[in-house]
Amino acid sequence: MNVTELTLTELRRRLRQGSVTSVAATEAVLQRIIDLDNDLRAYLTVSDALALEMARDADERRALGEDGPLLGVPIAVKDIICTQGVETTAGSRILEGFIPPYDATVVARLRAAGAVIVGKTNTDEFAMGSSTENSGYVTTRNPWDHEHVPGGSSGGSAAAVAAGLAFGALGTDTGGSVRQPASFCGVVGMRPTYGRVSRWGVIAYASSLDQVGPFGRTVADCAAILQVIAGHDALDSTSIDAPVPDYEAALTGDISGLRIGVPQEYFAEGLDPQVDAAVGRAIEQLEAMGAQTVVISLPHTRYALPAYYLIAPAEASANLARYDGVRYGPRCEGSNVVDTVKQTRALFGAETKRRIMLGTYALSAGYYEAYYGQALKARTLIQNDFLQAFESVDVIAAPTCPTTAFRIGERTADPLSMYLADVLTVPVNLSAGCGLSLPCGFDDAGLPIGMQLIGNTLQEATVLNVAYAYERATGWNRKRPVETR
Amino acid sequence: MNRFEAVIGLEVHAELMTNAKMFCGCRVVDSVEAPPNSAVCPICLGMPGMLPAINRRAVEFALRVALALNCEIQAENVFARKNYFYPDLPKGYQISQYELPLARHGWLEISLPGGAKRRVGIRRVHIEEDTGKLTHLDGEGSLVDYNRSGVPLLEIVSEPELHSAEEVYAYAVRLRQILRYLQVNSGDLEKGVLRVEPNISLRPQGSSEFGTRTEVKNLNSFRALAAATEYELQRQEAILRQGGEVAQETRGWHEGRRETFSQRSKEEAEDYRYFPEPDLPPLFVDKAWIDRVRQELPELPAAKVDRYQEDLDLSHYDASVLTEDRPIAEWFEAAVKAGGEPKRVANWIINNLFALINESQQEITSIRVTPEGLVSLLKLVDEETISHNSAKDVLVEMFKTGKAPDAIVGERGLAQISDEQALEHIVSKVLALNAQQVQAYLEGKEQLQGWFVGQVMRETRGKANPELANELVTKLLERRR
Repeated sequence: MNVTELTLTELRRRLRQGSVTSVAATEAVLQRIIDLDNDLRAYLTVSDALALEMARDADERRALGEDGPLLGVPIAVKDIICTQGVETTAGSRILEGFIPPYDATVVARLRAAGAVIVGKTNTDEFAMGSSTENSGYVTTRNPWDHEHVPGGSSGGSAAAVAAGLAFGALGTDTGGSVRQPASFCGVVGMRPTYGRVSRWGVIAYASSLDQVGPFGRTVADCAAILQVIAGHDALDSTSIDAPVPDYEAALTGDISGLRIGVPQEYFAEGLDPQVDAAVGRAIEQLEAMGAQTVVISLPHTRYALPAYYLIAPAEASANLARYDGVRYGPRCEGSNVVDTVKQTRALFGAETKRRIMLGTYALSAGYYEAYYGQALKARTLIQNDFLQAFESVDVIAAPTCPTTAFRIGERTADPLSMYLADVLTVPVNLSAGCGLSLPCGFDDAGLPIGMQLIGNTLQEATVLNVAYAYERATGWNRKRPVETR
Repeated sequence: MNRFEAVIGLEVHAELMTNAKMFCGCRVVDSVEAPPNSAVCPICLGMPGMLPAINRRAVEFALRVALALNCEIQAENVFARKNYFYPDLPKGYQISQYELPLARHGWLEISLPGGAKRRVGIRRVHIEEDTGKLTHLDGEGSLVDYNRSGVPLLEIVSEPELHSAEEVYAYAVRLRQILRYLQVNSGDLEKGVLRVEPNISLRPQGSSEFGTRTEVKNLNSFRALAAATEYELQRQEAILRQGGEVAQETRGWHEGRRETFSQRSKEEAEDYRYFPEPDLPPLFVDKAWIDRVRQELPELPAAKVDRYQEDLDLSHYDASVLTEDRPIAEWFEAAVKAGGEPKRVANWIINNLFALINESQQEITSIRVTPEGLVSLLKLVDEETISHNSAKDVLVEMFKTGKAPDAIVGERGLAQISDEQALEHIVSKVLALNAQQVQAYLEGKEQLQGWFVGQVMRETRGKANPELANELVTKLLERRR
C-alpha cells in the first residue's frame, strides 16, 4: 500500500508508532505530485525543499520524543493564505511573485503543530468562482474525471486531497468555496463558524464572509486540522474568544435522539434528481441511526444568492483596491502615478473586474440603500431563519450543491449559471452558523455527490459527529478516484 | 447695497500623539525628522491579508477631546471604510467613521477681541487614520512615505457658526490650546500634525440659506488661516457684487502671493462609498470609561483664567498669558503652592523668566530654574538679603547654572548691606571723595541726592540696601549744613 493512500489520522498514528517517517510520507506525496499534478494542476507552487526540511525537522523532533497534533503530516494550503517565504498569489496575476514576509495565523498554527507544508493550491482569482476556471494561472481538473471541474474556489485543495497529493488541506469558504469543491471531489470539507478561525494573513475577498476551513479524506481528518487552526486570535478583531472543544473526542458516532432538520427550500427546482435521491437516502440513513428528522422551512433562502452577490462584491471592491503596484506585486509602468495604477489593475481577470464593478455600483451614492442596504436586511432575515430553525433542530441536512461537478467550460460563458453552483452553500455564510460537506454517493457518471450538514453558531463538534456517524455507517469516503495520467 | 454675512465652518484634523498607530503597533514618529518609511509594518502598508486592531489609547485620547468640547459621546462606535484612490492611501480606503461618529453636538467657547465670549457649535468628532505622504519629483516620478500612514487622526468639525476671519482665528487658536492642554497633539501646523481647513461662503445679510462654499487647504500657520479666510471672503464678495457665482471648489493658499487659488472642482460631489468596516466589530464606549476619562481631564484654560482672576486676584491679561500653555500654568501653580505670592510670581514669570526662556529658545519644561527656586529667590528679597535688582541677576545665574539662589548670593557676595554702621561708613567716604558735589548740593542743587545714592550703589557693587542708602545719604548731607 502506498503511504499516500492513508488518511491523515492513520498516517499520524503510524508516525507516532514509528512505522513510517515524515520524510518518507513527504517524499511519497512529492513523487505523486510529480506523477499526477502535471495533468491535475492542483498546486500553483510546490514548496518541495521547504517540505522536506520540515519533514526532516519533524522526524528529528519525533526522535527526541516530541509530538505535535500534526507532527510530520504533509498538508496543502490554498494559495490565498499567506505563507512566509513562499509565493502567495490568491490565484491572481496581480500578485504574481508576491512572497509574504509573514505567515497567516492558520499557517503559523499548522507549523506550531508540526505540519509539513507541501505547497500552495490553485484557486479562482481572489476566491471568486466555483470551478478554479477563474484562476489567473490554470484550471484544476477533477480527479474523478479530468473533463470536469473540481469546484471552487478551493478546487486545488479539494483535488489535492482527493488525489492523494496531500493528507489534508486548508481552503477558504466565502460562499461555499470549501463545501462545494469538497462535494465535487468526494472529500470532507468544513466551513467553521465565522470568527472560529483567524483570518489574519488570509487575503481578503469578502471580509464579513471569509472563513478558513479544513479538507480531509475523512471527518476525523477534518476534525484534526480544525483542532489546530481554531481559536481566538488577537490579531483578528472579528475572531471569537471562546474555548475550542476537543473535536476529535466529540466523534462518538452516537446521534440517537438528535434532531435533524430537512429544509424544504433546499430540495427545490434545479436540484439534480440523482443528488436529490442520494441526499434523501443519506437522511434516511441518519434516521436509521436513531436521529429524528423534521421538515423545516428556511423561508428567505431565495434571497441568499442575490444578497451574497451584493455584499461580497461590495466588500471586495474595497478589499481589492490595494492592488495598485505601488508597494508590492507586479507594476505596469504608466505615464504617471495614476496611469501606472490603471495599467497594473489590468492584471485582474474578467470575473474579478466584474465583481469590483458590481460592488462599486452597489455602494454608490443613490444606490446604496437599494442594493447594499437591502442585501444587509436580507442577510438579517436569513440569519433569523437559521436561528429559528435551530430552536427545534440540532443539525440541518441538505445537498451541498444542486449538481455534481460540471464540465470544464460548461458555465464560463454564463456567470449566473456559475453563481448557481453556490445557491445551497451561500446561506450558511450569511448566517452565524457552520457547515460541512461529505460524500454521500456517486451519480451515474461516477462523480461524487455531497451532503451538507449545517450547525448553529460554534456547533462544529455536533456537525462533525453527525458526519462521522454517517461516514462510519456508509464508507463512501473509502472509494478513491482511479489514477489517470 | 446689500450687506453680506460670512458663514464659516472649520474642519480640523489633529493627529493623536499616542505611542502606537491607530490600527497597528508601529510607533508614531515625527514625520519631518524620521527617515522615510522607517515606522511601517505590513498592516499600515496595506499588505495582503493584514487586519486592523483598534488602539484603545487613541480612543481614550479622542474621548478627552470630545469631553473637553462638551460633546455627547456615542455608546456604539462603528468604523467605516471611506473609499478613494491615491497612492498615499495604501488600502485604497481609509478607516474612518461615518454614520456613528464618536461624539456629536458639542461646543467650544472662544474669546473675541475686546473680551467678549461666544460658544461655537461642534457638529462631530470622529476617529480615523492618517494617510502617507506623497512627494512629486519634477519629471522623475513620485516618492511615498508611509510613516504617517495609520497614525490616529481626529476630525473635529464645527457648525458653520463663524462669521469673520477674527472668529476663525480665535476658534483655531483656542482649539489648539485645548488639544495641547489635553496632551493629545503638539499643535504644530507647520509639520501638519494639526490641519485647519475653513469652509467659507457668503450670503445676503438676513438670509437663512447657505451660499456656495469653498474649502481652503494647505494652511500651515494661524496667520495664513486668518489671511486666507479674509482673502476668500473678499474674493467671494467681489464675485457676488458683480452678479457672478462662486464655484464650489477646494482652493489652496499661496503664501508668497498671499492669495487663494483653485485646486480641485467639487461640482460633482465625491462619492466615497462609505460602508461599515467588516474587519472591526462595533466599539462600545461605556459610561464607566467615559467617567474615568472625564475624571482624568486637566483643568482647561478657560477655567484656569477664571480661577486665576477670582481666587488669585490676577489681571485678565496675566491670567491669559500664564494659561496659554499648560506647562507654564503648571509652573506658575507650583510656585504659588511653594508659598509665592501669586501676583508677584506672575510678574516675575512674565517680566523676567519669559525673556530668559525666549532668549535661550527653551521651553519652560526644560529650564533649570524650579518654581521653588524662584520662590526662595523672592524670599531673599523680602528678607532684604538682596536687592530687587540683584535678584534679577541671581535669576539669570539660576537660569544658567541651576544653582540655588542662596548659593549664588553667597558665592558672589551679593548679600545686601543693611548694616547701618557699615553703610554709613561708605556714605561718608563717598561724600569725602566728592567734596565739590557736596558743596553744590548744599548750595541748593538738591537733585544731586540721587547721584550720591548711585555712587554708594556703585561703591557697594549694588549690594547696598537702596532704602537705607537713600536715608543715610540725606542724613549725612543734611548734617553738613
